[in-house]
Order: sequence, then C-alpha cells, then structure tokens
Amino acid sequence: MNIYVCIKQVPDTTTRIRLRDDGDGIDESDIKWIISPHDELAIEEALQVRERTPESTVTALTAGPARADDALRMALAMGVDRAVRLDLPGDADPAMNAKALAAAIGKVGPADIVFTGKEAIDDGAAQVGHLLAFHLGLPAVTAVNRVEYGDGKILCRRDAGGGNLETIEAPLPAVVAAQVGLNQPRYATAFNIIKARKKPIDTMAMTDLGVSESDRKTRLIHFHLPPPKQPCRFIDGPPADQARELIRVLREEIKAI
Amino acid sequence: MKILIIAEHGNGELNPATCELFGVPLGPRGKNEVHAVLVGAGEHGGRLAERLGHCGAVHVHRIDAPALAGYSAEAHGEAFERHIREWAPDVVLAAHTPRGRDLMPHLAARLDAALAADCHQLSLEDGVQARRPVFAGKAVAEVSFVGDGPRLITVRPRAFTAPAPDPGLSVQVTESAVEVPEPRTKLKETIAAGATRPDVSEASIVVTGGRSLGSAENFRFIEAFADRIGAAVGSSRAAVDAGYRPYRDQVGQTGKVVSPDVYVACGVSGAIQHLAGMRTSKHIVAINTDREAPIFQVADYGIVADLFEILPLLAKEAGDHPASTHPGENGRNGGGA
Repeated sequence: MNIYVCIKQVPDTTTRIRLRDDGDGIDESDIKWIISPHDELAIEEALQVRERTPESTVTALTAGPARADDALRMALAMGVDRAVRLDLPGDADPAMNAKALAAAIGKVGPADIVFTGKEAIDDGAAQVGHLLAFHLGLPAVTAVNRVEYGDGKILCRRDAGGGNLETIEAPLPAVVAAQVGLNQPRYATAFNIIKARKKPIDTMAMTDLGVSESDRKTRLIHFHLPPPKQPCRFIDGPPADQARELIRVLREEIKAI
Repeated sequence: MKILIIAEHGNGELNPATCELFGVPLGPRGKNEVHAVLVGAGEHGGRLAERLGHCGAVHVHRIDAPALAGYSAEAHGEAFERHIREWAPDVVLAAHTPRGRDLMPHLAARLDAALAADCHQLSLEDGVQARRPVFAGKAVAEVSFVGDGPRLITVRPRAFTAPAPDPGLSVQVTESAVEVPEPRTKLKETIAAGATRPDVSEASIVVTGGRSLGSAENFRFIEAFADRIGAAVGSSRAAVDAGYRPYRDQVGQTGKVVSPDVYVACGVSGAIQHLAGMRTSKHIVAINTDREAPIFQVADYGIVADLFEILPLLAKEAGDHPASTHPGENGRNGGGA
C-alpha cells in the first residue's frame, strides 16, 4: 500500500505567542516547534496500517519552510519510511498547501490512503483534508476518531455534532482526517531520533509543484493579542457564603441561570 | 452585496447556530440581499423556510433530492455548488459546527473559492470584515481575501446572538428538485450521544473539572452542580489523560475550543493550552485551592476553596432556585446540512 501522511509543523501548545512588529504575523524566534497534535495521530494511524499490510510504505509530506524539516525528522523517528518537504512559505494558506500536497502525491505515486490531522493548531483552518481530497479526486472523511479497515473500503466513526457520532463508509483510496481519540501516538525513542538525523529528506520547490502565490486565496493580517482581562474578582468568606454569592452572580448579574 | 446563508438543520429543526448567522451585521436590507438555502429538509422544508424568513432571509431556496435526505459533503456540496453558481452570491455564510467544518472546505474546493473559517468577529455592512482566532485564541487575525469569487465564511457558534424571530417578515420561497449522484461516502449509522447534558462545544454553560478531582468517580461532584444549572461537563486534558473523562469532553487547544456564556473551571490550574480552549468564554469562573493558579489570570470571578466542599454547596444553592432550562441542546445535531 502507498500510504501518505500530511503533517504541519506548528508552535508547541505551551508557546506564548508574541507578534511581529508589523503585526502581520507572529515572532518566530524562541518558538519550540512540534508536529501538530492531530497530525501525530495521523502518523500513528499510517504506521499501524503499514504494520498490518505487507509491502507498504508510509511517506510523510509537509508544506513549509526549512524549519519544517525537524517535523519530518520526528516523523521519521516515529517510523515513516520517507519524508518530503514541499518548500512553501510558513504563511502559505490552505489553498496553496493543499495544491502542493496533491501535486507532490502526484509525483511520488498514487495514494491508497492519505491521513492528515483534522486541523493544525496554528491557524485552525481545518480545510486541507477536503481541499486535498478534491484535488486528488478522492472522498474525504474528517474528524475521525476510529477507523475499521475492510476490503477496499473503510468504516470511519466521526463527530456529528451535539455529542453524537456517525459512521461513514468510504471506498479506498480516501483521505482521512484524524482527531483526538483515534489512537495513542507512539513516542519516538532517543535511538530513533538520533538515527533519523541521518535519514534523507527530499525537498520539492514550489515551481516543481506548479504552486505560486497566485494560488493564494486568503492571507492573515493585522494580528493582535486578546486584550488583558480585568483582574479577577475573588469571592471570599466561608464556603457557604462563597457558594451563595456565586449563584447570586450567575443568576442576577450575568443572568445565565 | 448578495449574501447566502447555508441553513443547517436536523430532526426537523434549524440548528441554533444557523439562526445566529442572522445576528451578524449583514447590512441594511436595501443594500444587501440576504437569501438562505435549505438542502434536504424534505417534509420540514416549508416550516423551516418560514422560520428562516422570520430570522431575516428575504428569499429561501429549497433544494431536495433523494440523495440529499442524509448529509454527505459530496451530495450536499453538489447541490450547494449548483445554487451558488446560479445565484452568484458575494458571500456565503455557514456556522462553524461539525457539519459546517466538513461541508465548507469541500464547497470551497468545488468552487475554487476562498474560505475564512471559524470567524468570531464579522461585519458585512460595508464590504467584508472578518476576524478569526489563531493559535487557538492566543491571538486574533483579520482575514484578507485575495482574488475574485464568492467569499465563504464559517462563523463560530455563540459569537453572535440570534435576532428574535419576527413573524411579520414575509419570505419568498422557491423549490427545486435536483439530480445529485449518489455520494461515494455513505452514512451507515448515527450514534446518539444518549447524553442528558449538552455537548461542551455547544452548551451555554460549561463546568469543567481538572485532575485534582482525583478520580472518574469524583466527577459526580461536577456533574451534580452542572445538572442543577443545565451545564455541560468539560474536562482538562490532564483529567482526560488520567482516564477520568472521555476525549470528547476535553477542552483546550488539542480538544474542543469552547466559548459559552459561562465557563466554570473547577480544579483546573490553567495550563496555557487549556486557556487557549476557553478564553473567549463570555464569563469565566475559577474555583481552585491555589490562589496563585494561572487560571485566575483569565477568570472574572474566583473562589479559593476545596472542591469537595464547595461543589455540593453550589449544587444546593442552585437547586434551591431551580435553573430555567436553557435553549441550545436540541436541534444542533442532526442529519441535514
């Protein structure tokens, strides 16, 4: 099987975001970069499929600048067979990233299944799964938290809203966007992290992928940080008084209950 | 400007998040034309179209076909695409619900159009001004659209208030039947949550417990209080990792991002990835034994107390004056788009 996993490098969840002076992006110095958590689930799922399916390879793709090689090295340390970085700017929009990923898959070889995360935790756009699937002419199932693999098809359980779930059957090949609950991603061992440093990472240029700035549909500008909160109003006193006062606030001031 | 609202429905009801879209500043009636499109509503279509009119749509297009009875991105995408190509709206709005999150990127691909997802600030009064949270709410950015074509926008639920329905408003309704090919993906089963509580991402009040609850069993203290005030029960990532709660309850950057009217964080220290998931809540209450806990930096109201002592007292106080049932947990789910 030709298995693909599309990942994105994002700032670690513990990162404090600081803005660039021009306000049109974030200050990338001092950021610890990670693989977006939902994409780690996608990698794990791809590896599990490979382990069950003889003669399969997992190719990890990312669209991003040179720093994104670190995300691919981590994917290699987790166990993917091959890693390709599509050399796009860090502020490329979902339309550009999806077009590049589809073009790369076209070059590397036809997909039997493509995994990605349901969204990257930086821009949270949650678009690439469907955009990529459309470019590839494949169906997509998003926000998937369980997959059963059948003969030429998959049965995916996904969020349907209202806390409800639904199961969707899709023929393979398909694009599956993973969300929390799908699996528990493995840790890369220190030994494999060291080994991954020596593994090759292929790079594809935008021109080779037929992608340019003219594919851009949106740009994020004028970033600002949320305004600082008013200081917290502490409700002090014996517990019974605290409880009475909080319920009064909820009922009379906020009028929420 | 022509504005098209994609109506999401299920169980014969409009999704409340669809009604909220009419609370976006859509511009004066004479200047902007607001239509809604209702796909696969079947027998409920007439009533739902009227309701959309009462919300503010001047025209509702009903589209039905056998393949549209249940939701699929492909079949519904086909129906919406045809209508959008025909009416050529400047802006297409949908709610950023699980349905909207699935449908709109697919529709953007079909139309080769721009999509600004999960906008929490939006005005269409004078062109399109759209802002959205980035880094799970650690910052906010404006979306600049590049190129031509319709602007697709999904709006974060609860970011806008639905206007009160006006039964005096009249609406024009057109119906069309389309032929839509069977989608490749097939809905096999819907598993109802069977929950007596609303889902964290849709509730107007969320009470969240952290790892300091100490066990899954101790979440009964959270549940008892939540049930008295009609709240959803959320969980910190630490409590989920410890196995106290299922993933679907997790609030935070890697779980669900929520913005209820009231968020009550109980025994949650306030890790930055948790704050990212709830800081756009309108009112934040924090209850913790540690007055220095970071959660108090984003809280409006703070209580320093032992959870096992204060939660039963809160449940009792709330129960003495039963909470009115709050809207929102019905109709948000369902089979339609």
